[in-house]
Amino acid sequence: MGRIVLDKVTKKFGHVEVIQPLDLTIEEGEFVVFVGPSGCGKSTLLRLIAGLEDVTSGEIYIDESKATELPPAQRKLAMVFQSYALYPHMSVRKNIAFPLKMAKMSQVEIDRRVNAAADVLSLTDYLDRRPAQLSGGQRQRVAIGRAIVREPSAFLFDEPLSNLDAALRVGMRLEISELHARLKTTMIYVTHDQVEAMTMADKIVVLQGGVIEQVGSPLELYRNPCNRFVAGFIGSPKMNFIEGDEAANYGAHTIGIRPEHIVVSESNGDWTGVISVSEHLGSDTFFHVHGTGLAETITVRADGEVAFKHGDTIHLSPRVEMIHKFDAKGLRV
Amino acid sequence: MMAPAVMLLLGWMLVPLIMTLYFSFKKYLPLRGGDLGWVGFDNYVRFVSSSSFWPSVSTTLIIVGGVLAITLILGTLLALLLDQPMWGQGMVRILVIAPFFVMPTVSALVWKNMFMDANYGLLSYLWEFFGAEPVQWMSQASLISIITIVSWQWLPFATLILLTAIQSLDHEQLEASEMDGATTLKRFWYIILPHLSRAITVVLLIQTIFLLSIFAEIFVTTAGAFGSKTLTYLIFQRVLESQNVGLGSAGGVYAIILANIVAIFLMRIVGQNLDK
Repeated sequence: MGRIVLDKVTKKFGHVEVIQPLDLTIEEGEFVVFVGPSGCGKSTLLRLIAGLEDVTSGEIYIDESKATELPPAQRKLAMVFQSYALYPHMSVRKNIAFPLKMAKMSQVEIDRRVNAAADVLSLTDYLDRRPAQLSGGQRQRVAIGRAIVREPSAFLFDEPLSNLDAALRVGMRLEISELHARLKTTMIYVTHDQVEAMTMADKIVVLQGGVIEQVGSPLELYRNPCNRFVAGFIGSPKMNFIEGDEAANYGAHTIGIRPEHIVVSESNGDWTGVISVSEHLGSDTFFHVHGTGLAETITVRADGEVAFKHGDTIHLSPRVEMIHKFDAKGLRV
Repeated sequence: MMAPAVMLLLGWMLVPLIMTLYFSFKKYLPLRGGDLGWVGFDNYVRFVSSSSFWPSVSTTLIIVGGVLAITLILGTLLALLLDQPMWGQGMVRILVIAPFFVMPTVSALVWKNMFMDANYGLLSYLWEFFGAEPVQWMSQASLISIITIVSWQWLPFATLILLTAIQSLDHEQLEASEMDGATTLKRFWYIILPHLSRAITVVLLIQTIFLLSIFAEIFVTTAGAFGSKTLTYLIFQRVLESQNVGLGSAGGVYAIILANIVAIFLMRIVGQNLDK
């Protein structure tokens, strides 16, 4: 269970078309991440699948049956919201039990499922507390608990980690991945953070301006971005783009080279520049190089032990096999 | 620093309070001999043993309770309605709030003469249109009339407070409950109403304090006749109509005690609510 198909789905708010005709198939058990800059329509797309917004045209199929006109509750999907959307006046137990109570399930079954969910999410000690008495990570787990007790055919996550601090975010990222490995239920996850997309997804859907730019596995998108936008969006730090004569040497309008695919040297290399900022992370060092005459800044990743500093002259050599070529329209050559 | 303000407040409150206490222990009849000396607790005993006392207490409770029920229920419904996006929302909201700006005396007169007059009131035309006998509102249904008038005045206040409370409800909570399978009615019961509980308590507290002392609406419409005499009105009659200042003052002291009991109860409810 949990195959979702979108067929020529569009959404207009007034005269603004936020989702242009869009086809997408989400296979059973897949972890799909919708990623894109803010305003790209990724949250709207999720809300269309959830049924919280109505499609302007097109059809949505869930488990082979048409769900376009179904109200949210009957689509057998569970959603985790950005603000968690816990019910503040109910205890954790009542929050998790709420969807079951609405489904008029027997009290015995409700108790069994709530306790099982609390066990999985290590919330057993907090069942009688109110949401206000919990930390951000615990609230997040309650929201997930409320979703899993319904045993839905798919989970929808709307930027669920954006309200957590950095350390907690990494932890919850792992927990959600583990949960997916255990439940094997379809999950659709919306985020603007490409790191979350790369680390969690089976399949990434990159959106921009209501259009799907590319769909593929994380490494596929990293290795073979189909256009300049995807190339720049996936990967951190961002890919360097070089236009002009240097690009023409490679027979392209623009060439792109990732910071990690440039070799640095003290003495010789293809390009020469001056380091304006060096960021030492310990494991890696990122250099922002100016004055190469190719682009305003070239970002380079080097080993953490490389001993360049601000103001040093540095020589760079791109790994030729890792260069991405794009035409004038930004499409991959 | 604060001394002048405190002095002013003390004078403002203490002088009337002490004078009320002072007169309540005296037989003081301004038109029938003036100050006739100390009488101990005689006035207190006479005030509660009067045949008008218990009816006035029950009338007070009926009016306060009736107005609270009507304003809270209709106020919640109106607030839900005004929260919906609609054409001319700003204008409608101003119109809904308008009755609050009409003075009690004026609104009571308007209701009495324009709507509830048995001969030429709009309601009697309505009754006649359906072939019914027009109601003599002030005499046959005095309490209902007064409750209607006072509710009309206080409905905007309740609506306004409840509307702001509804607008502060996190939209994602409603969407979450929708995904969880709650119907419109259940969403209201499990999500919106608990969210409104604090605002409802605040409305309850503030309105009770003001409703215990309504006077103009009764004075203008029935002048206390037809069983519409509240405790406040009874005190007014004792002092000004019977010219018995001592007896009225004793009633005033009872009213102070009653209002404080209500206030303590409500403060505790509000306190508990604010702790959450």
